[in-house]
Amino acid sequence: MYSLLEQVVTATGNIVLGKERQIRLALACLLARGHLLIEDLPGVGKTTLAHVLATALGLRFNRIQFTADLLPADILGISIYERESGEFQFHPGPVFAQLILADEINRASPKTQSALLEAMEEQQVTIEGATRPLPEPFFVIATQNPINQVGTFPLPESQLDRFLMRIELGYPDRAAERLLLAGRERRELVAELRPLLDAGQLQAAQNAVRRLKTSDALLDYVQALLDHSRRSPHFLAGLSPRAGLALLQGARAWAYINGRDYVVPEDVQEVLPYIVGHRLQAVRDDPGRGPAQITAWFQEVAIP
Amino acid sequence: MNLAEPPPSGRLWLLGALTAVTVPQLVRLPIALSTICVLLLGWRYGVELRGWRLPSRALRLLLTGCGALAVLFVYHTLFGRDAGLALLTVMLCLKLLELRTVRDAMVTAFLGYFLLAGGFLYGQSLWVGIYLLAMAWLLTTTLVALNHPAGNRKCAGIYLRQGGMLLLQALPLMALLFVLFPRIPGPLWGLPKDAFGGHTGLSNHMTLANITQLADSEAVAFRVQFDGPVPAANELYWRGPVFWVTDGRRWDPLAAGQRGEWYRRPPPYTAYGKPVRYTLTLEPDNEKWLFALDLPASAPPHVRVTEDFQLRLPQRAAQRRRFALSSYLHYRAEAITPRERSLALQLPPRANPRTRALARSWDKLSDAEIVQQALDYFRNNPFYYTRRPPPLGDNAIDDFLFTTRRGFCEHYAAAFTTLMRAAGIPARVVTGYQGGEVNPIGGYMIVRQSMAHAWSEVYLKGRGWVRVDPTAVIPPQRVESTEDLQRFRSTAPIIPLNVELAWLAHLRDGLDALNNAWNQWVLGYNNIRQQRLLQRLGLLRFGWSGAAAVLAAAFAAVLGLVALQILVRGETTKDPLLRLYRRVERRLERLGLVRNPYEGPQTFARRIATLRPDIAPALSTITDLYVALRYGHGGMTELTRFRQAALRFRPSRRTTDSYVS
Repeated sequence: MYSLLEQVVTATGNIVLGKERQIRLALACLLARGHLLIEDLPGVGKTTLAHVLATALGLRFNRIQFTADLLPADILGISIYERESGEFQFHPGPVFAQLILADEINRASPKTQSALLEAMEEQQVTIEGATRPLPEPFFVIATQNPINQVGTFPLPESQLDRFLMRIELGYPDRAAERLLLAGRERRELVAELRPLLDAGQLQAAQNAVRRLKTSDALLDYVQALLDHSRRSPHFLAGLSPRAGLALLQGARAWAYINGRDYVVPEDVQEVLPYIVGHRLQAVRDDPGRGPAQITAWFQEVAIP
Repeated sequence: MNLAEPPPSGRLWLLGALTAVTVPQLVRLPIALSTICVLLLGWRYGVELRGWRLPSRALRLLLTGCGALAVLFVYHTLFGRDAGLALLTVMLCLKLLELRTVRDAMVTAFLGYFLLAGGFLYGQSLWVGIYLLAMAWLLTTTLVALNHPAGNRKCAGIYLRQGGMLLLQALPLMALLFVLFPRIPGPLWGLPKDAFGGHTGLSNHMTLANITQLADSEAVAFRVQFDGPVPAANELYWRGPVFWVTDGRRWDPLAAGQRGEWYRRPPPYTAYGKPVRYTLTLEPDNEKWLFALDLPASAPPHVRVTEDFQLRLPQRAAQRRRFALSSYLHYRAEAITPRERSLALQLPPRANPRTRALARSWDKLSDAEIVQQALDYFRNNPFYYTRRPPPLGDNAIDDFLFTTRRGFCEHYAAAFTTLMRAAGIPARVVTGYQGGEVNPIGGYMIVRQSMAHAWSEVYLKGRGWVRVDPTAVIPPQRVESTEDLQRFRSTAPIIPLNVELAWLAHLRDGLDALNNAWNQWVLGYNNIRQQRLLQRLGLLRFGWSGAAAVLAAAFAAVLGLVALQILVRGETTKDPLLRLYRRVERRLERLGLVRNPYEGPQTFARRIATLRPDIAPALSTITDLYVALRYGHGGMTELTRFRQAALRFRPSRRTTDSYVS
């Protein structure tokens, strides 16, 4: 399984150039049964990343472009009266796929946003009184444009909590960008990609992640980190218990894709900025430093 | 206390250890009691290995009552050494049947120690000491195993090592207690009656009519350390009890009423040459006699030298003791009182007529010629040396001299002495030991019970008391068997029969040297020697309270050292894993390589690898094992390997050429 996941990382990295860390984080997020929020400028490869991951993992992929006039029914689906049968027939919306790319999620109205977020939380949708389960696995990659915020509805903190991780892609480095410019059309490459995993294998991996060993010593460390967030003067409010669970789950997935069957403190440290970044509010935010700042803040905690 | 169930491996350790501790007791106990114990032990084995059920409370009570009654029935008491230890053994086996919690198991293990110490009441030899040490190790290991809930069979090595470490740590304490703990004069335990039931080669009388059972035992009678060179073999006559009184068959020492004031001190004698000085270590034989080379010149003040040159102890020898003695090998003891002379000529009036007739036929000869005639009589007639002589009749000496002519040293000495007395020459029988084998390893001489001997002393005018050994005139070809020959020629060194047996003799010498050292230095450390040692160390200036103060101070010093170590090292952690990892970190800190508190072990190892590639492999091994043990699935094997790697980790200070190469 470890080698298969490595192949996925390699295959994705061949198309999304120079972003191996983000690819791994996205994969870990998926294995941890969490949803991913990518916050970045348009055109840095968010859509390509989602598409490549979906293809490599053999998932059914749908993309939803959020706009100001998007309605919940546009996402969830609608029942239409069929004249021949004389019955209402449900037409599932784009949310009925295994991997959803929710592009520019902050452009839609809060009502539409919450429709998607509730689907993410519940793994099911309720339309016109009927509850319909979403496919397994179900994974949402949402993107958000942090700069051009005119006429947008930024997600509130409580909603951000639905995402396991928040990452930024950033500009490619010089060498990666050169390869990108000189290479073939990305879309062609995606089309040539063959699935490396099937849904069953992915689910098995997800189950394995859940069973990964977290020793007492490691739980001590996680608790020390949570405790620190609640005491530290850097933050307005500390991390919630749900954030703690998310941190542990993310660390498990990270250990798993690194081929280990137990979690070490380094796993927690690796995923920490991406899991707590969007759940914490700093007293004095320094947007230029991002994950590095969070790592620095949590380095005040000694590993027990 | 811990009320949890003991781990299965711990229970097996306990059972094994207690079996090993109980076995010597079982051998010693009467058959009925050992059978009870074996059945009880077997029940517990059944519980452990076959899943049998433990007995109910009522049955346990019944068994306890029966056990106590059985001991009472066999010994008629529950107290004293034998009954007490028997009761302890039975109750220990019973305790195994109500062993449910860790607390029970610990109590039982401690009872095992107690039973073990009880073994000292029966023997204190070096071998007993080694056995006790091994058993103490086993029991300590059991305590370790009982307190390791996750134990399994693979942990045995670790338990043994830890138990051994605990014992080693107790060694200084043991040495301190051995030296300083007040010694009680005399044996602390064991009545002489049952403590020293051993046979000696000698007895306090000689009887010819019965077949005297010669001591074949290779047991050591005493050991001798000569200050100078060892005397020649034919001069090694170790003088013991002297027999004066005879009824014709039986020889006895002077009865208490016959020993007048004259008997209580040695007579004057003339000595030639320098005295032989030596130290004699007497094995406890529960007798009042002491042995010395003919003729004892000086003895310690409490040892009395009698008129016939016997050494007498004030008390029966219940303990192994050392005596500094000296002897003259060449002497002239001419003093004889009329009372002595009449005693040395006493014969029963009617017994042994033919012997008297023979002696009368030498009437015209001088005393020296008579002695020669008597010895020639033994030499020229078919006298044989045998350890199993035929029985003799009422006129025992007549029978021996004229009919059977087969016997051992006692027969020859008795017959010769009788002949001398019949011929009017004062004579007496001397018993003791003859010869001795030198231990080449220890450089001392061993005298064994099998070297017991009897010879004659005659009083010749102008020469005084002269030793005559009539057994020595029997030519070797008239010795019946090879075993007899060995006894007969005990003066000669034992010649190994073939080369293969030489190492065996060597081994025997080595073992005896070891045993001797144990006796001299461990068991021989009595109250007198302790006092002398403490005096020399200046500890007795304030009496025993001073010694006690030193003992307390030594304890305080040890505790202080431990406290200091804790203080210096900062927090101590009970987790051996963390402690060992801290040790590795400390070694790196000395090189200026400090782990940041937030740095995970693997991150730290990677950082060190870039700084010090030379120690990277070792540190990487340690880190991988540590991480696996602390966060992963590491087990006992990993812990062992981690321990080894961590203890072996000694990073060197960087040398300048490590970069060049």
